[in-house]
Amino acid sequence: MTRSKEHNVGLMLAVFAVLYIFWLLMSACINPLNGHFSPIHIIAGIICAGVVTLLSHDLLITKEGEMTLAKTFRLIAYVPWELWQIFLANFDVAYRVLHPKMPIDPRIIEFDTSLRSDFALTTLANSITLTPGTITIDIDPGKGRFLVHAIAKKPADALLVDKTMINKVAHVYMEEA
Amino acid sequence: MFSIINIIATILIAGGAFFMVTGVVGLLRFPDFYTRLHATGKCDTLGEVLVIVGCMVYQGWSFITIKLFFLMFFIFLANPVGTHAIMKAAYLTGLKPWKKGEERR
Repeated sequence: MTRSKEHNVGLMLAVFAVLYIFWLLMSACINPLNGHFSPIHIIAGIICAGVVTLLSHDLLITKEGEMTLAKTFRLIAYVPWELWQIFLANFDVAYRVLHPKMPIDPRIIEFDTSLRSDFALTTLANSITLTPGTITIDIDPGKGRFLVHAIAKKPADALLVDKTMINKVAHVYMEEA
Repeated sequence: MFSIINIIATILIAGGAFFMVTGVVGLLRFPDFYTRLHATGKCDTLGEVLVIVGCMVYQGWSFITIKLFFLMFFIFLANPVGTHAIMKAAYLTGLKPWKKGEERR
């Protein structure tokens, strides 16, 4: 009991630190570049971050997961690939929009994954929406089933046949693909 | 004021504007709700990000740059979620997706 309480205080301090650093960045109340310093913003920040921490400290970090640090590093390594995919997605859509014949052939596809954790499913759903030609419609978290709207055959096959993205997300969250 | 920074910032913001315009053209050209969402949802991401990066380059190193960076981060999180929410709402109300060869709606 005491141990979980101690853990709770540590968690609240961590959440408070994150919120307060974010407040300092956003309000720019200590600015070493031009020597600006405004105490009223600093005190208001402590009050606001404190109230938000008391109300919602269990939302930001829900529980201590396994290998959180390793997963975070793998997620950071995944981001550049995702950015490149976003870049390609925009050129893909721009090409389909501006082509005189408009090469689209929309379809709805369904596929199962073995991903189960909330973070993995959310990451995959957002990645699907950001990458070329596909938008997630619905997820069944129990079965790991995805319902996806694809704008043509090629992006649909990229999900159904290649499974590059699914494997990458599974690697990030250390689950079986 | 024709410094290199200004030229890079102008190119980036013009690129962003190009993608936003493409999104609007797609909204007008595509045949049904779902495909229009493809055009707007995707072109917005890179369009907004290019405009923001252009502003960051123009602004130089200051607190505003950090704020713009966080803005970009939140757009990356919020944009796919919003697109997905609109699409799911349309799907649940039973709107039939357009198939190739049908008339545009």
